[in-house]
Amino acid sequence: MKDRFNLYRFASPATFYPLAGKMIPWFAAAAVVFGAAGLWLGMLVAPTDFQQGEGYRIIFIHVPASWMSMFIYLVMAFWAAIGLAFNTRLSGMMTQALAPTGALMAFLSLWTGALWGKPMWGTWWVWDARLTSELILLFLYIGYLALTAAIDDVRRADKAGALLLLVGVVNIPIIYFSVQWWNTLHQGSSVNLAKSSMAVTMLWGMLLMALCFWMYSIAIALARVRTIMLERERHADWARAELAGKQA
Amino acid sequence: MFKIILAVVGRDLKLAMRRQADIVSALFFFIIVVSLFPLGVGPEPDLLRTLAPGVLWVAALLATMLSLPRLFADDYRDGTLEQLALAPHPLGLIVTGKVIAHWLCSGLPLALIAPVLGVQFDLSAEALIVLTGTILLGTPALSGIGAIGAALTLGLRGGGVLLSLLVLPLYIPVLIFGAGAVDATVSGLGGEGHLSLLAALTFASLGFAPWASAAALKIALE
Amino acid sequence: MLEADNLECVRGERRLFAGLGFRLAAGELLYLQGRNGSGKTSLLRMLLGLLPPEHGEIRWHGQPIRKLADDYRADLCYLGHLNAIKEELTPLENLLAAARLADEDLSEDDAIDALEQVGLAGREDLACKYLSQGQKRRVALARLVKEKRPLWILDEPFVALDIAAVDWLAGLISGHLQRGGLAVMTTHQPVSIAAGTVRELRLG
Repeated sequence: MKDRFNLYRFASPATFYPLAGKMIPWFAAAAVVFGAAGLWLGMLVAPTDFQQGEGYRIIFIHVPASWMSMFIYLVMAFWAAIGLAFNTRLSGMMTQALAPTGALMAFLSLWTGALWGKPMWGTWWVWDARLTSELILLFLYIGYLALTAAIDDVRRADKAGALLLLVGVVNIPIIYFSVQWWNTLHQGSSVNLAKSSMAVTMLWGMLLMALCFWMYSIAIALARVRTIMLERERHADWARAELAGKQA
Repeated sequence: MFKIILAVVGRDLKLAMRRQADIVSALFFFIIVVSLFPLGVGPEPDLLRTLAPGVLWVAALLATMLSLPRLFADDYRDGTLEQLALAPHPLGLIVTGKVIAHWLCSGLPLALIAPVLGVQFDLSAEALIVLTGTILLGTPALSGIGAIGAALTLGLRGGGVLLSLLVLPLYIPVLIFGAGAVDATVSGLGGEGHLSLLAALTFASLGFAPWASAAALKIALE
Repeated sequence: MLEADNLECVRGERRLFAGLGFRLAAGELLYLQGRNGSGKTSLLRMLLGLLPPEHGEIRWHGQPIRKLADDYRADLCYLGHLNAIKEELTPLENLLAAARLADEDLSEDDAIDALEQVGLAGREDLACKYLSQGQKRRVALARLVKEKRPLWILDEPFVALDIAAVDWLAGLISGHLQRGGLAVMTTHQPVSIAAGTVRELRLG
């Protein structure tokens, strides 16, 4: 069974732990670099929008956060499927490590959306299809975190959480579609998110910020997964050696 | 295949008939919640007519939630769930039976009482028929999706609250299409589109949810 | 024939056992012994197919039980420490419902006869919630009376039974082994089973 397939070896905590440790500084540094460049482009270089003034600049946070919140859920569902299919220990740890970041991104997206909405639309919240879907996504993250926190047995928590993620990912398109449908029926769609053609610098700024969020998410998830690994495997030889080394 | 589903439905219905209080209290919960709304928002018929589909549907969601925690918990506590899992049939079929029984004891009574409550909200005869139809058509999906949540939270502390947290977001499409069909009828747009989507949701969740619940039950029984 | 091969069980952070194996042929009884927490219940749950082993495999007539699934469970009868009876139903209804769910043919007369054998004559139609703990246990045991399935897995079947009932149950198990059945059971108290070969497996 062991060493039959390279992925298994890679997915074993004893190999993954030091590897992740080596990768974290790189991703963190990349996040800082991309973030600095993105903010510089977005805040200083990009032209003021002739309709929305300076307030629009919050989209350099808002849009990447929304993308990440959706993408992280997909990544978690992917790990969940791997975990249920191959029973790998790493999968549960990865979903556990990603979930708080995903929830944070969803929250950030809603919060910045509200901050943007107040000056633009004159209201903190509109029942727009995207906002509503994002809110539901936040609920799904919170549901996952609450479920796994309520189960004491780690393996059961991982499996139940994985199942919930898969059920959620099947439902997301349905929820999104239904909210869209509901929205077009109810609202005269007074709000239109589609903007006039975006300046090239804005696009670059957005792209760099998106990369920054990516790198940040990867770095923080790896750091969290290392902590989870140590906690769960504290009786394994490699983890004991690691902990002993830290204390010395 | 149908034999085992029927056996489970029969058993669960017999059990439910011996504890009718549970069915009746969920039903009264539904009636009370719906009746509270006019007291909260005022008795203007126009306002009530607008609110009615949403109020009835949200109350139906909550009333369904009320009976969900016990869907598997009783069987889990007395050991019958183990015996069901060890029966020589796929667990998904057995759960299908339990979901059908749950619907007969929760969704069906709600649908039967809904027109009476709709009258309180001054709905037209046509809207009442559509309302009853959507609740009949949509509540099986609620029982099915709810079964997944009930199975995932089986035996956990704070299971009931957690169950609502997991299940209510997944109920949103049913709510939208269910209430939307009545809305569309009231406003003269015709609710056929909503109804067919609602039917699709119900069939999809009845096909899919029991197997997901069965997987969750197996995790809980390990 | 029931075979277990190189089983490993990890619960939480503890490895309860590893490299465990046995073979059990027709007419044989396996006693699982061991102190509390040694993994008896976990092993039973593995044999039931509810708990997948960390490593190793369990085979029934040479086929892995995971693959047999329904076919394996059709040969399996389990009596747990929970009674698995419904308080709202009468003993008779409980027996008939259990048989229906397990796809067994159990006539009403057979069920009444089984209840008579466990000393519940005259209580067939009383809801189980009115029975005493001991009587409820007997309702659970009554399932075994007409049981024809070849593999019995029993978790502490003798607990809370009086001496006469222990003898009666031992006789029932002997009869099962004589008919070529297999049985696996956990127990704290040694009970003499007259027929069949008795094997012991000590955990921990």
